[in-house]
Amino acid sequence: MSARAPARLTLGPLLFHWPATTRRDFYLRIADEAPVHTVYLGEVVCSKREPGFEPYRAAVIERLRAAGKEVVLSTLALVTTAREVAQIRELVAGGALVEANDVACLQLLGGRPHVVGPYINVFNEGARQFVTGHGATRIVLPIEMPASSVGVLAAGAGATDIELQVFGRLPLSVAMRCYHARAHERSKDHCQLVCGLDPDGLTAQTVDGFDILTINGTQTLTHGHGVLLAELDALTAAGVTHFRLSPHALDMVAVAKLYRDVLDGTRDAASALAALRVLTGSVPFVNGFLHGREGLAWVGGA
Amino acid sequence: MRYLELVCPAGTPAALRAAVEAGADTVYCGFRDCTNARNYPGLNFDASELAEGVRYAHERGCKVLVAINTFPPAGKQRPWHHALEQAAAAGADAVILADLGVLDYATRHHSQLRRHLSVQASAANAPSIAFYRDCFDVRRVVLPRVLSVTEVAALVEETGLETEVFAFGSVGPMSEGRCFLSSYMTGLSPTSEGACAPASHVAYIDRDGEILSRLGTTTLNAFARGEPAAYPTPCKGRYVTLGRASYLFEEPVGLNAIAILPALKAAGVTALKIEGRQRSRAYVAQVVATFRQALDALARGEQPPTATLGGETEGGRETFGAYQKGWR
Repeated sequence: MSARAPARLTLGPLLFHWPATTRRDFYLRIADEAPVHTVYLGEVVCSKREPGFEPYRAAVIERLRAAGKEVVLSTLALVTTAREVAQIRELVAGGALVEANDVACLQLLGGRPHVVGPYINVFNEGARQFVTGHGATRIVLPIEMPASSVGVLAAGAGATDIELQVFGRLPLSVAMRCYHARAHERSKDHCQLVCGLDPDGLTAQTVDGFDILTINGTQTLTHGHGVLLAELDALTAAGVTHFRLSPHALDMVAVAKLYRDVLDGTRDAASALAALRVLTGSVPFVNGFLHGREGLAWVGGA
Repeated sequence: MRYLELVCPAGTPAALRAAVEAGADTVYCGFRDCTNARNYPGLNFDASELAEGVRYAHERGCKVLVAINTFPPAGKQRPWHHALEQAAAAGADAVILADLGVLDYATRHHSQLRRHLSVQASAANAPSIAFYRDCFDVRRVVLPRVLSVTEVAALVEETGLETEVFAFGSVGPMSEGRCFLSSYMTGLSPTSEGACAPASHVAYIDRDGEILSRLGTTTLNAFARGEPAAYPTPCKGRYVTLGRASYLFEEPVGLNAIAILPALKAAGVTALKIEGRQRSRAYVAQVVATFRQALDALARGEQPPTATLGGETEGGRETFGAYQKGWR
C-alpha cells in the first residue's frame, strides 16, 4: 500500500459571470452539501466583474471554512492594468492561500506557499522544479497535457500536489479583447457586462453549423464538457492528487457526488458517465487532450 | 544613436541575408525543430546554417537572436537544452525564451548567453516582467501584442528593461504561449511543437463556388473566390454567434505600426519586431527596407516617406492592433 493521501476533489473558480446572489447561494449550497475538499474562489476572467460579489465574499469564505473546506483565492489569468496589479497585491497581502494564474503573482508572493494555476505553463520537470523551488505546493496542470506528460510530472512531484481538471468546459485561451462584447457589437469599455446573460457561456458555431466553442467574455472555452471519469483510476495511480470540477449552471453537488463515488470505488465509471449524461443535457463530452488527440475528441470505452 | 532597433525575421538562410542587406539591425531565427514557435516545413536553421548566418550577420554589423521559445513536454527537455548549447556555440547574441524550465536551465548553464523573454511568455504587466528579470536576469522583454502605447510606456518606466514590440505582421488576439485553440482542433500543440494550424491539417474545399477552409474537422471560414481571407488559424476564423457570422476574434488584417513609430519611441521602446519567419524572402526584403527608410528619416528628424505595405499585410488590410484605442 502506498502512503499517498486520499484523492481530493476540488471545485475550481467560477469562470462565468453569475449574478452576485446566485453566486453566493451556489457556494452556500456547496459548503453544506458538496463532497469537495477545496473550493477556489475569485475572478479569473475579467476584473470588471469583480465588484458585484464583493459584499458577499467574506461571508462565503467563512461558511466554506466552517464547513471544513480549504479555500484558495484565485487570481486573474491575464493582468495588465495597474488596478489589477494592485488587486493581486492586496489579495497576496491578505495571507490566504492563493492560486497564481499570472506570473505577476509569483513576484508578489515572494516565495510564500501557493498554488500554481492552470494558466501558468508548467509543462515539464524543469518548470515544475523551478516553481516548487519558489514556493508552489500544488500545481494545477495545463488542460492540454497528455497522460504521458501527466505521468512524468506527477511521478517526480514528491510532496507537491498535482491537480487536473476532470469536469467542465476547458479554458482554451484568454485575451485582452472581449468576445462577448464583440458578439453583441459593443466595445469592451461599454460592455455593460453582457457576459452575464449566459451563465454557461455563449456558444459559437462554425459557419457550417457545428457547435465548437464557448465564449465567456475575454475567455474562450471548449463547447463540450471536459470529462475524465473513466480515467480517474489511472490518474490517481499516476500520482495526481487533486481533481478539479469547474462550476457550471447545473447540479454541481450531484456532479461532485458522482466523481467522489468513482474515486471511492463505490460506483463504476460507466454508470457515473451515464448519470453525468443526464445531468449535463445535450452538451457533448470531450477528453482528447489527455489521450494525446485533438482536444475536441471523445475517446470513450463505454 | 539609432532611433529604434529594427529586429527582422529570418525563416531561412536566404531570408537572413535578405534582411541584413535590406538594413536589419538584428535578425531572429530558430532551429529546424520543435524548439521554436515557427516549426513549419521548409523553414529554419540547422547548427551549421546558424553558425554561417551569425558569421554573415556579424561581418555586416548585424546581431542574431535565436528563438527557443516553445514549452518542452515532460520527459522531453533535451532538444531545448541542446538548442541552447548550439545557439551559444554559434555565437548568437541572445536567445529568446519562454518556458520557466528552459529559462532556469539557461540561467544556470549558459549564464553568459544574453536572455530575452519571448512574447510566448505573455508577460503583460510590471511584476511579471520583474519576476523574469530577477530570476533569470532577462535583459529584454518582447511585449505581448495586446497592449496600448500608454501601457507599453508604463511598463518601460516601471521595469527599466529593454522592450521589443511588434511593428508589422500578424495580429495575435489571444494571450500567447497559452492558447490551446489549435491543439483543440488538431491534436498538435503550438505550445510544445511550435506550429499553430499546421499545414498538414489545413484543407480548402470548393463548395458551389464558395471556398471552405478547414483545420482538422473544423470549418473555420467560408468565403467567395477573391475575397480576402486569412490562413485558417482558429483565431482568424469566422464563427456564428447569436445567429450572425463574424470574425469573432480578429478581422483578416495585418498589423502595421509604421505611422506610430514616434509614439513608440516616445514610450521608451528599444526595438521593433517585424513578424513573419514563415513569410517569403521578398516579403522580408520589402518590409525591412520600408522600415529602414522610415527609421533613418526619423533619426534625421525628418518625416518618413509615406509608403504602403498593403500588398504584404495579411488579408491586404492594415491595423494598428492593440496600440489603437478601441481595439478591445
